[in-house]
Amino acid sequence: MKRIVILGAGTAGTIMANKLRKSLPANNWEITLVDRDTNHYYQPGFLFIPFGSYSEKDVVKPKAKFLPKGVNVIYTDIERIEADKNIVHLANSKTLEYNFLIIATGAHLKPDETPGLKDKLYYKSIFDFYTLEGALALYQHFKNWQGGKLVMAITELPFKCPVAPIEFICLAEAFFMKKGIRDKVDLTFVTPLSGAFTKPNCSEVLTKVLEEKGIKIVTDFYIERIDNDTKTLISYDGIELPFDTLVIVPLNKGDDMIERSGLGDDLNFVPVHKQTLQHEKYSNVFALGDAAAIPTSKAGSVAHFAAEVLFDNIMSAIAGKPLEAIFDGHSNCYIETGYGKATLVDFNYDFEPLSGSYPLAGIGPFKLLSITRINHWGKLMFRWIYWYILLKARPLPVSSHMSMVGKNVRM
Amino acid sequence: MAETILAGVTVKVNGEGYFEDLSQWTKEMAIEMAKEYSIELTDKHFEVIDYLRQKQKAGEQLTIRKVGGSGITDIKGLYTLFPGGPLKISSKLAGIPKPVSCI
Repeated sequence: MKRIVILGAGTAGTIMANKLRKSLPANNWEITLVDRDTNHYYQPGFLFIPFGSYSEKDVVKPKAKFLPKGVNVIYTDIERIEADKNIVHLANSKTLEYNFLIIATGAHLKPDETPGLKDKLYYKSIFDFYTLEGALALYQHFKNWQGGKLVMAITELPFKCPVAPIEFICLAEAFFMKKGIRDKVDLTFVTPLSGAFTKPNCSEVLTKVLEEKGIKIVTDFYIERIDNDTKTLISYDGIELPFDTLVIVPLNKGDDMIERSGLGDDLNFVPVHKQTLQHEKYSNVFALGDAAAIPTSKAGSVAHFAAEVLFDNIMSAIAGKPLEAIFDGHSNCYIETGYGKATLVDFNYDFEPLSGSYPLAGIGPFKLLSITRINHWGKLMFRWIYWYILLKARPLPVSSHMSMVGKNVRM
Repeated sequence: MAETILAGVTVKVNGEGYFEDLSQWTKEMAIEMAKEYSIELTDKHFEVIDYLRQKQKAGEQLTIRKVGGSGITDIKGLYTLFPGGPLKISSKLAGIPKPVSCI
């Protein structure tokens, strides 16, 4: 009996388990999934919780519901990977041997790494919306908030779903408008980048969106610490920015287990070949999703597209053939801009986001880099697709590789 | 692509003044470029610049946090050495591309 061990049963791990179990005979191949949490979280949905459009039941379901029969699932912490010996040590001192290992343990928030973030104002005036707890605390806070300075700040890159903070501030603007207190809310978007977004084309479009809504943008702001007494963000070069309510993206790191295994970079993400997703030293080890240190977004769409490639490569590796499937860094994100509208970006390692239509050339129905109502419906519809099609690795009519068809090369 | 003359040599740079070809870089060019930012380069500056060039050649992604953890200086020190935009300025002086933070 040969064994594939998948660490992490989030978006990436669940898709892989479904794909592999369908194709590998159960009498030859044992597939084992390890995760510490019995719940699956629809992380893109957290964004809507502070504004009351989604509640907990929309974003949490038992993991078991999405995992195929014939896969061993172990709910425990992982102590470390001993890649030299092809062994995973679990927290209960049990060990798992593997022929192939897929690391899909995601990215995690590290609020402790920014002084003053997890202090006396935490979940009172300082919130995140990347955890269910944070999003729910912010929902309660906004219920009675009478206005003031609302700051949305990013501590460090890379972080999960890089467009979410922009979506958050746009949704907040619309939320307070509807509530009738927009004139009492001062909105500021704070980023360590030199623009609203890294990709220039997209940054231009999004900067305009923010400006039109009267949202201030502070760029090149690298947060050193937060002063809880004066309610101030302080940058490394000594600039001070006051807030009444701070919504922050804490430092994102890979799982601590990666560090214990000696397999990570300085942020505990696993460096793998950006096209094959194979570890450079250990040829039977792969990383997928947010856990991988590859130069594209940490996003569910990337995990999904990369899973297609990784599946092909693992099948090749099993057959003893060279790894020929190539991941192009394809990322695809709906960006909510408030008032029932959204825009859409589609890009890869080599191409910046371009305007045009998606997924069908000239037809769409979604419009790239344009703000439309149908893009917003696409985003909302996606939750259903995620739960019932994507996680189970059922076919979707979109290509894992980015296509230039339907894109306008000149803006 | 554009060209500029640094320390008497014509070098290829992009629209923002970042080197297109790492191998064209010399210390003298860094010293000349630093004057634009009113920075007089010390040994410490060059330690950072050497570190950046090494990491760039190794294909590693550069962030302020990473340079701050390099042991050469901390993040605060990096801001003192290259005020305004430590990684953007130090990368330009090191003759490496503008760091693109991953998204």
